[in-house]
Amino acid sequence: MKLNRILALLTAGLMTVSFAGCGDSNAGSDAAEGGTFKIGGIGPLTGDAASYGTSVKNGAQIAVDEINAAGGANGIQLELLFEDDECDEEKSVNAYNTLMDKGAQAIVGATTSGCSIAVSAASVNDGVLQITPSGSAADCTKTDNAFRICFTDPLQGETMAQYITDKGFKNVAVIYNNGDEYSKGIHDAFSAKFTELGGTVVTDESFTTGDVDFNTQLTKIKSSGADCIFLPIYYTEVAYITDQAAALGISLPYFGCDGWDGVIKQLNGDTTNINGATFLTPFISTDSDPKIQNFVETYKTSYNAEPDQFAADGYDAVYAIKLAIEKAGDTANEALIAAMTQITVDGLTGEMTFDASGEPTKSAKVAVIQDGAYTAE
Amino acid sequence: MKNKKNIVYAIIAVVIFIVLFALVNAGVLSRKYEGLLVPIGVNVILAVSLNLIVGFLGELSLGHAGFMSVGAYAGCLFTVHSNLPVMVELPIAFVIGGLAAAIFGLIIGIPALRLKGDYLAIVTLGFGEIIRSVFNSLDILGGSGGLKGIDKSSNYIMAYVLAVITVLVIANLINSKHGRAIKSIRDNVIAAESVGVNVVYYKILAFVLSAFFAGIAGVLYGHNLAILKPATFDFNKSIEILVMVVLGGMGSIPGSIIAAVILTVLPEAMRSLADYRMLFYAVALIVMMLFSSNPALVEFRQRLFGKKKRGGK
Repeated sequence: MKLNRILALLTAGLMTVSFAGCGDSNAGSDAAEGGTFKIGGIGPLTGDAASYGTSVKNGAQIAVDEINAAGGANGIQLELLFEDDECDEEKSVNAYNTLMDKGAQAIVGATTSGCSIAVSAASVNDGVLQITPSGSAADCTKTDNAFRICFTDPLQGETMAQYITDKGFKNVAVIYNNGDEYSKGIHDAFSAKFTELGGTVVTDESFTTGDVDFNTQLTKIKSSGADCIFLPIYYTEVAYITDQAAALGISLPYFGCDGWDGVIKQLNGDTTNINGATFLTPFISTDSDPKIQNFVETYKTSYNAEPDQFAADGYDAVYAIKLAIEKAGDTANEALIAAMTQITVDGLTGEMTFDASGEPTKSAKVAVIQDGAYTAE
Repeated sequence: MKNKKNIVYAIIAVVIFIVLFALVNAGVLSRKYEGLLVPIGVNVILAVSLNLIVGFLGELSLGHAGFMSVGAYAGCLFTVHSNLPVMVELPIAFVIGGLAAAIFGLIIGIPALRLKGDYLAIVTLGFGEIIRSVFNSLDILGGSGGLKGIDKSSNYIMAYVLAVITVLVIANLINSKHGRAIKSIRDNVIAAESVGVNVVYYKILAFVLSAFFAGIAGVLYGHNLAILKPATFDFNKSIEILVMVVLGGMGSIPGSIIAAVILTVLPEAMRSLADYRMLFYAVALIVMMLFSSNPALVEFRQRLFGKKKRGGK
């Protein structure tokens, strides 16, 4: 009994001690007076999805450095604070709260869809501007304060349906990942749009994450009379499918989505089987645009790595905030959010404007795989 | 004597609440720690309820995240599709979540509890993975993208009240006739059976009750994050809860509470260490495990608090 009481008291003591003395809140409102505007970034820096968060962080940092070197936004210097969320919704909200403690005035994040939705449910109560660089699920921009840089999954599907139709293909075969929201989102919108445009999805095959053998699906496709194959999936499976298709003697043109970025590396540079394959992407690092080349070079010297679309999305998100500050002439939350719909960002991922629902309007770029390299169409 | 003890506990619970309430309202707590109050509540409920199976019944369950997810999905699905005011809707959701998880506890419990030890652990592990796969492929539950559109309506007061209720119910059960029967099964099944303890009944009782509270924790969790993803409720989540129970001491409710609090706060408190966070977290975990179980350190700790060595747990 005595032990129990001691332990109970200890619990009480511990709970109070662990919470007290860690309050340095209310820093948010007066941070701007010092001449810096704090941007809070959220993304996975550890765990399975670490490469996405790291790319966003690096890309955003390059944008912040560039803007500061050029005199800031309306003379206000930017500062990037980045917190790890391990791609976990709960950690993401913790990261958001940590950033708000540190006085963040706008949020670039979260990097992944689920985390982004969880963060926006919290950030809407603070009314702070939130721009997700790469959260593609429809719900990421559901709240009034949330915007996004990347395409939504359904939009990608519809754009590809239009593109394939324009190329003159009528009978398409599709293989998608049934257990992946991204793949399924693109697939569903694609099928609906393609049928609407007068085409036919002759074979609609699915698989689940972890599958490596696609012979069943490919055999069906071979005898289906399809004139092209659309693969709305990530690059790992793309490599398996295209190799196995070649072994079965299938040589149809391939179309893909932005998950294809990285497929050449996956194939060890050998693109014999997929030469001419085209996929939708917001960012091609070999694009001849001087802005992009400049970014790629800075990224390589600073981080010793090739930038991907996540880095470009992060970069563009920071520039969107900069333009919003300049447009609003103010750093108050409401002014920034109102300014978002009036700006035009000429970013690495294309020229974009935002509507009040938070969605970007921008044109898609199409990358073609030819002789071991991505080229812009 | 027993009443006096309950009064002491009740006073402690109220005092902690007043302190918390004052801290939050005076703005002493930073946003980060205020935001951690609900996750702490969730983890306390999970750890204490799992302790009922692992610590008091003496069976290893690796499917606690599975029960949590059943409750979370059931409760959140209800609030997503109903248009009642929050204060009416949430209590109903807690009950629905708890009952749904309890039903699964019963379904899993009846066949699984014929098994013992390692075998039961594997079966519960399998259950957790099956549940996750089912949620992954059911479109009505949002599939792999998760259940969205949940109101972010849970708050720290709710979390605290539910955690206190969980602790009270389980602590009182443990100190009752039923609790002694459950502990006797842990200590010696044959002896327990020989004095007329209905082993199957008490095993299932413990399993169902534990699942019930895990379900409530799930509902609380879902309404704190506004999204439920099947990937969250994987094997690692079950292990995380088990670590809390083991760290706090098997069969010690205050221990489970303290461990749940520490293990929720620690990773966030170490954010300033950036990339080394995970490393330090692991080291801290090892140190704490040693501190709570190494005989020399335990003796040192007991001297420190002037406690005489006592038998049992």
